[in-house]
Amino acid sequence: MGETLLFYAFSGAAIVASAMVIFQRNPMYSVLLLVASFGMISGLYVQLDAPFIAVTQIVVYAGALMVLFLYAVMLLNRPNEDAGDWDAAHPLKEPGMARIGVGLGALLVVQLVYALLRTGRLDEAVGTGGDGGSVRAIGRTMFQDYAFAFEATSVLILVALVGGVYLANREDGR
Amino acid sequence: MIPLGHYLIVSAILFAVGSAGVFMRRNLITILLSIEVMLNAVNLTFVAFGRHAGVVDGQIIVAFVMTVAAAEAAVGLAIVVALFRHRESLNPDAFTSLKW
Repeated sequence: MGETLLFYAFSGAAIVASAMVIFQRNPMYSVLLLVASFGMISGLYVQLDAPFIAVTQIVVYAGALMVLFLYAVMLLNRPNEDAGDWDAAHPLKEPGMARIGVGLGALLVVQLVYALLRTGRLDEAVGTGGDGGSVRAIGRTMFQDYAFAFEATSVLILVALVGGVYLANREDGR
Repeated sequence: MIPLGHYLIVSAILFAVGSAGVFMRRNLITILLSIEVMLNAVNLTFVAFGRHAGVVDGQIIVAFVMTVAAAEAAVGLAIVVALFRHRESLNPDAFTSLKW
């Protein structure tokens, strides 16, 4: 019972925080709300017997990635960018267009939920089979079955590092 | 215990919220944040299915997704900073020309 309540609390807070990320005008608040959303999703991971992913979510996502975003927001120092006056003349600002967009978004939710409800075995409880996600099991699988993907990831990070430094460090005038 | 379907529905709602953010907002940083919301929704699906099947592969894929998300955010934010230096704007509609 308590577990069910916690699930609804975590998922409700995650959805509300994510929605507020979208509707917040100031990107600084958006980033901080996204940190809250990540914390709630991390609680869901704990409920799914994935403590390693839960901690990684906090450390890597909320700790490192969001700090990177915060740095970018503070560096650019442009809180309410999309409230400019020429923004009001944008064709997508027309009420008809906006209504179509909201309708398409709602349609996406309906489609996804409908598709999910049509799949079988959804009523089975999660977390009954297997031994869960101990760090030992994750490490063994990652370095045996997924060793190549792991090595390829290091190349990806190197490329991202070089690309990020090159793009952000470019001289003015070109 | 919580049924698998509930996790999937939460994930679907989060994904829809993220995609709505990409389409609605015209601030490059908020668009990147919405992409992160979508990636997290997919991660939740992976972990839920992996736990349901009793394997750890789902969690390993999530670890890789987190790595790719970090790389994507680093390069994306660098591009945003470079664009901002050119145009003094974060609105993607300000960047309509391929060369200036």
